[in-house]
Amino acid sequence: MNTAPATETTFRVRLGELAHGRSGDKGASANVSVIAYTRAGYEFLAQALTPESVETFLEPLGLTGVVRYDLPTLNAFNFVLHGVLAGGGSRSLRVDAQGKALGQALLELELPIGEGLLPLCRRADTDKGE
Amino acid sequence: MREPLRIGNAQGFWGDAPDAPARLLSQQPSLDYLTLDYLAEVSLSIMAQQRKRNPEAGYAADFVEVVRSLAPFWRNGSKVRVITNAGGLNPKACAEACALALREAGCEGLRIGVVTGDDVLATLRAQCDGADPELFRNLETGASIRTVLDDLETANAYLGARPVVEALERGADIVVAGRLSDPTLVTAPCIHHFGWAWDDYNRIAAATVAGHIIECGAQVSGGIATRWLDFPDMADVGFPFVEMRADGSCCVTKPEGTGGCVSEETVKEQLLYEIGDPAQYLSPDVCVSLMTTRVQQEGPNRVSVLGVRGSAPPSTYKVSATHRDGFWAQGMLTLFGRDVVKKARRCGEIVLERMRRAGYAPERSQVECIGAGAVVPGVFDEPELLETVLRIGVADPRREVVERFSRELAPLVTAGPQGVTGFSAGRPRVQAVFGYWPCLIEKNEVTPVVEVIEI
Repeated sequence: MNTAPATETTFRVRLGELAHGRSGDKGASANVSVIAYTRAGYEFLAQALTPESVETFLEPLGLTGVVRYDLPTLNAFNFVLHGVLAGGGSRSLRVDAQGKALGQALLELELPIGEGLLPLCRRADTDKGE
Repeated sequence: MREPLRIGNAQGFWGDAPDAPARLLSQQPSLDYLTLDYLAEVSLSIMAQQRKRNPEAGYAADFVEVVRSLAPFWRNGSKVRVITNAGGLNPKACAEACALALREAGCEGLRIGVVTGDDVLATLRAQCDGADPELFRNLETGASIRTVLDDLETANAYLGARPVVEALERGADIVVAGRLSDPTLVTAPCIHHFGWAWDDYNRIAAATVAGHIIECGAQVSGGIATRWLDFPDMADVGFPFVEMRADGSCCVTKPEGTGGCVSEETVKEQLLYEIGDPAQYLSPDVCVSLMTTRVQQEGPNRVSVLGVRGSAPPSTYKVSATHRDGFWAQGMLTLFGRDVVKKARRCGEIVLERMRRAGYAPERSQVECIGAGAVVPGVFDEPELLETVLRIGVADPRREVVERFSRELAPLVTAGPQGVTGFSAGRPRVQAVFGYWPCLIEKNEVTPVVEVIEI
């Protein structure tokens, strides 16, 4: 069900504009964290970034299933990508045998988002870490 | 109880910056503990090869050099204590090498605690002959251990904090262990210092999370962060330390004036690094839930981690076993020119075809054109390229097949397309493959042992 007003313009936004993350291996599987920059972004992604959408995007890698764990106190999701590493760290012949690049790959996924919501989901300009 | 307790990490893996421990300690002399993690999943299989050539080897020899680099601090009165899993397959030999280095450096009076008992290879072998087919099943694939029994190389249980705490109680300034659950490097000094009960699961869980956050060294202070490019002076990246409070909460930070960045973003990324179900992160001493965890920026490069919950641990230890799994090699060749990806793929086909015709068809092979979407194959559209790096990997149970491959790449320098270049690394090196075999063992089958050596 689409709750956005029918007149609103929809943009395609790169996940990396709404969230940051990191990936690593767990045997023949990998995990990717997706951490929203804002609460509004977390709530948007909870609807838009389904395990199915992640599985479809990374399907060419031959994964056998995706599980999403939600961490609302961190505005974060943890995606476990089963069987994505073609045998895993010690056996895979791929250049990215340990799934180190999967985080950067997933942040390239494009999602449709309403014009009004987009500014609420983007990272604030101030850098809190500096 | 004195707080905070300051625990640093200056080695995230075997091969990390060798000068990091001494650098961190000179930047942050108030550190109480320095933890150094050397063991990845299959590191012990590499150490097993070293021990076959020399019975006195089988540990991270780099650690002895680290100890040498720390000797001046101890000579000058530093009370810092070091906890490491550098002992690998041979903690005693590692500790003896450290003792020798410390005597040479004039550090009399120090004590080294040695933790052993994690090696369960003999137990696995003995029990596999029994009737229970469920024992030591592969946690990922469900396969029976009998399928790899003859090829088992190592099997080590991830020990918990108890033997490390015992070593600290017996006055160890340095604790050398083999396989330990990585966060144990941090939970043990907390339990020792604050006197937490073994069933104080929330606090032990909080310390486990603190350990998890710093166990990969610079990964929480700017390394591999999404915003890496924005961080200052990564050439002098500060290694992290946690300020632990008696209630289990902690602040993650790094020394003043160092490069990199500790932010809410870097801490969250590392908190979820290599995690499965965040409600059930298992360690030998506690089952951790991250479901109520909060991460809060307190100031520049200071981030608190709060609200971690814990419950009773499982009755088993996780075991990391490795088994021989044939051989492999990888070779690379740079190509430039029109239709470069087609040319590179053709080169890959030629190498494999020549192996087939010679009767050495490999069991598995992979041809990749780096630059053309090889890292996540098929996920992105292939771009138009003028240059690529051809990477070929082959694997086979027979060493001679992989050796044949290592001789088939160079001939392309003259028989391949125009624009083949950059073949300067020599023939691909044939390497043994070690399969990873995660399984469980009942805790009562494992007996950790602590010894203390006086310098």
